[in-house]
Amino acid sequence: MEFYKSSTPKIDFPEKIRGEAKFTDDFELPGMLYAETVRSTIAKGKIKEIKLPELPKGYYWISAKDIPGENVVNIIFSDWPIFADKEVHYVGESIGLFVGENKEVLHKLCRQISVIYEEEKPVFDLVNSYIHKEFTKGDFSKAEKNAVKTIKETYETGYQEQAYIEPQGILCYIDEDDKFYLTGSMQCPFYIRKAVARALGIAPEKVRVKQPAVGGAFGGKEHYPSLTGSQLAVAVNKIHRPVKMCYERFEDIAYTTKRHPSVSTYEAFIGKNNEILGLRIRVKLNGGAYKGCSGVVLSRALIASCNAYVFENLDVVGDVYCTNTVPTAAFRGFGSPQTIFAMEMFIHHVAKELGVDPLQLRMKYLAKQGDITTNSGKFHDPIILPQLLDKAMEMSDYKRKVVEYAKPGSNKGIGMSLFLHGCGFTGSGESTIINGKVKLVKDENDHVHVYASSADFGQGNRTTLARIVSNTLGLPAEQCTMEAADTDHTPDSGPTAASRTIIIVGFLMEKGAKQLKKIWKSGVRQEHVEGYVGPSYIHWDEDTMQGDAYPSYSWGVNVVEVSFDPVTYQIKVDHCWSTYDVGRVVDERIAVGQADGGLLQGLGYGYLEHMGIKDGKFRNRSLTDYIIPTFEDAPPMETAFIDNPFIYGANGAKGMGELTLVGGAPAIALAIEQAIGHKVNKIPATPEYIMEVINNDKR
Amino acid sequence: MTSVKFKLNGKDVAVELDPSMRLIDVLRDHFSLKGVKEGCGEGSCGACVVLMDGYSVNSCLLPLANVEGHEIVTIEGFKETKQFDVLQKAFAEVGGSQCGFCSPGMIIAAQSLLSHNPHPTEEEIRAHMSGNLCRCTGYQAIVQAVEIASKKGAGLW
Repeated sequence: MEFYKSSTPKIDFPEKIRGEAKFTDDFELPGMLYAETVRSTIAKGKIKEIKLPELPKGYYWISAKDIPGENVVNIIFSDWPIFADKEVHYVGESIGLFVGENKEVLHKLCRQISVIYEEEKPVFDLVNSYIHKEFTKGDFSKAEKNAVKTIKETYETGYQEQAYIEPQGILCYIDEDDKFYLTGSMQCPFYIRKAVARALGIAPEKVRVKQPAVGGAFGGKEHYPSLTGSQLAVAVNKIHRPVKMCYERFEDIAYTTKRHPSVSTYEAFIGKNNEILGLRIRVKLNGGAYKGCSGVVLSRALIASCNAYVFENLDVVGDVYCTNTVPTAAFRGFGSPQTIFAMEMFIHHVAKELGVDPLQLRMKYLAKQGDITTNSGKFHDPIILPQLLDKAMEMSDYKRKVVEYAKPGSNKGIGMSLFLHGCGFTGSGESTIINGKVKLVKDENDHVHVYASSADFGQGNRTTLARIVSNTLGLPAEQCTMEAADTDHTPDSGPTAASRTIIIVGFLMEKGAKQLKKIWKSGVRQEHVEGYVGPSYIHWDEDTMQGDAYPSYSWGVNVVEVSFDPVTYQIKVDHCWSTYDVGRVVDERIAVGQADGGLLQGLGYGYLEHMGIKDGKFRNRSLTDYIIPTFEDAPPMETAFIDNPFIYGANGAKGMGELTLVGGAPAIALAIEQAIGHKVNKIPATPEYIMEVINNDKR
Repeated sequence: MTSVKFKLNGKDVAVELDPSMRLIDVLRDHFSLKGVKEGCGEGSCGACVVLMDGYSVNSCLLPLANVEGHEIVTIEGFKETKQFDVLQKAFAEVGGSQCGFCSPGMIIAAQSLLSHNPHPTEEEIRAHMSGNLCRCTGYQAIVQAVEIASKKGAGLW
C-alpha cells in the first residue's frame, strides 16, 4: 500500500523542537517539595542504627516505617524493597528520602545522616544462582555419541547503561479527585499504578499515572520508575504536598538498572562430515541484588541463544546470579544481545576452525519456514533472510571487501551479523497475561481520538498508532490523534516494551478501526474498545520452555566496516549497511530513525561503552567517563526494508525497536577481528581489550 | 548581592542573584526558560547549550557572573527567527528529533555552526556538533537536517 511509504509529521515534533514540551523536571507546582535519596554505602550488611540529623522545620525523613502497604516494588518478581529496612544488599540501595523545599539543604542532610551497619561479606562473583532454566531439543546424547570432535568457546559481555539523555525523574501529588497523581519519565504507566497501589495498600483506581514528555528510555524506565514512584507516593501520603525527585546524571549512572553482564559458553559437537550435530550452551547472567524481571530476561536470552540458526540437538542451561551489585533489568534487546553476540561469534569461529567459509556455514543452518525452533516450536511464517542477506551484501560490496581486507596489514575489517528478534511477550503471554486493550473515540466532528497506554518516549508511536487508525479508516492523518498515556483515560494496552507496540497494540488499533468503520455514523460520538485475541496456533509452556516462544519474529542483517589504528589500538567505524524484515513498515521515516539509533546503540555496546565495577561500585560517574557514541563516532548508515507482511500485524507490520540493536555488537566485533587479525570473545572491544588480545596471542 | 546585567532573548535584564550560580539554573528557575535542558550538569551532553554572543556554550558550566554584558539567546528566543524555521523544517523532514530532550540544544548548536560556517561539510557538521549527545537518532538524521537547512536557508546565515 503506497500510503505507508510516505511519512506523516510526527505529532509531538513541534513542541519538542521548540523546547515547549514539558518533561518531568519542567513541572513546577505551588508548595512543591523536592526529595533526595539516602543510599547504602556498603554492598552487604545489617542496618544497626540510623542517626538522623536535626531536621529543619518543613523537612521530612521518609523510610520503610512510613509505608502503609507492602515494602516491595511490584515488578514481575517482587523482591526489591522500596526502602531497605533491616539489611542492605548493594551499594546505592535506597534507605530513605529527605524531603523539603531547598535542594541544597537536602544535599546537606544526606551528608549529615549516619547509618551504622554490621557489614557482611558481599558476593560479586557468579556463584549464587537464584534463577535457573534449562531445556533440550532433539536427542542430545546422540550428538554427543556421534561427534568426532568438539569446539568450545566462552564469550563475555559487559554492563550497558541506557544513557537516555533525560535522567530519571518523577513527581507525585494528591489531585482534586483525592487520587495519588504521578507523572514522570516512564515507559509503563500501569506498572507504576500497580506498584503505588501495592505500596500504599489502596485500590489501583485511587492512583492516576500520566505520562509527560519522556527523554528516552530504552528499557531503563520500564521498571525503575515503579521504585521511585512508590517512594514518592509514600512521601506524599505522609506529607500531603507535591514532591518531585529528579536524578542527577551521577545518581542515574551509579544506581539505576542496566543491561545484564553475561558469560556464555558454547560447545559444538562436530560430526565426521564437518556438520554441527548439536550445541551445548551455558548462559550466566549477573542479576544484581534483586531478581526483578531477570527471569524473563534469561528466558529471552536462552530462546535467542541459537539466533537465526537451526540445530537438531540442543542442551541449553541458563542461570541468573545474585550479586551484591545494582540490580540489572530491561534494556532494548532484553537478554538477546548477549546470546546473539555469542552465537554469531561462535558460528564464525567454528567455521574457521573447520576450515569452511563462515558465510556458507551460516547459510547451511539458517532458519527456514517450517523449521523447528530452538524451543521445539515452529517457524510458522515465511523467512526472507536470504533476500536480506543478498541485499546487504550488495549494498556493502561485502564479498569483495571481505577478501580484500583479509590481506595482512590492511588494518581494515568488515563484519556481518544475521539476527532475529521475537516480537511481543514470550509465548502466549499476550493473550494469557497482558490481554491488551485499546479504545477509539470518534467525536461529533468525526475526529478520532486514539487511546492506548503505549508511552511515546521517542519511538514515535503516538504518530504510528494514530497513523494505523487513520489509514484503516481512510481518513487524512490529521483527523486521528493519539493522546499521551494516562491510566484514568487510556485502557491498559500493556507495557511499552518487548517490541510489542506496533505488532500487538498496532494490530488492535487496526482491528478496532475496522470495527469503527463498520458502525461509522458521521456527526455522532462513537466509541469502540478492542481486546487482544492472539493467533490460536501459539502454544508455550513456561515451565519446560517448550513451544512457540513468540507470535512472530523480525529479522535483520548488519554489515559494519571499520579501520584499526595499530598505534593507538582505536577503532573507527567507517560505514554501516542494514537490511530488515519488520513485516511492513508503517512510517518509513520513523522506521529509519529506529534503525539508525538502535544500530548505533548496538555498536556502542560492542566497542565503546564500558562500565567498570569494583567492590560493587561503578567506576563510571558521568557521561564523560561512560562513553556513548558522539556525532564523530557515528558512521554513515544505509538501511533497506524488505516487505514480508505478517498476518497478525497492523497492515502486516511486526516489531522493530529491539531488532535494530541486537546485531550491532557481533557485526562490529567480527569487523574488528578481521582488522586486528585476532579473535574477539568479549565486548566492549575497547582499545585496552584489543591490546590485550594482540599481546596475549603474541606470547 | 551584586546585580548582573546581560541581554536575554533580545531584552536587557538585570538579576540580583549569587553570581556563582550556574547560568542554567538562572535561566530555568529564575526566568522559567524550560527549553534549556539539563542532561548531565558537566558539559558532556549539550542539552543545555545556549548562544552567548552567537556561539553555543554549555549553560551548566557557565557561572552567572561570566555573562555580565553579554548576549544570551535560548531556544525560547531563537524559535522566533527565520533561521529557526528553516532548521525546524529540516529536522522535521528527516526525523532529526525523537525523544526531543536533546533537540533544543541541537538546534542551538546548529545555529552556532551555520552562523559561522553557512555551508559546512559533513565532517565539519559532525565535528562542530560533537558536544551534543543524542541517544535516539544515531545522529545521521541530524547531520542530514543541518545539510538541508544549509541549502534551503542559503543567504540567511
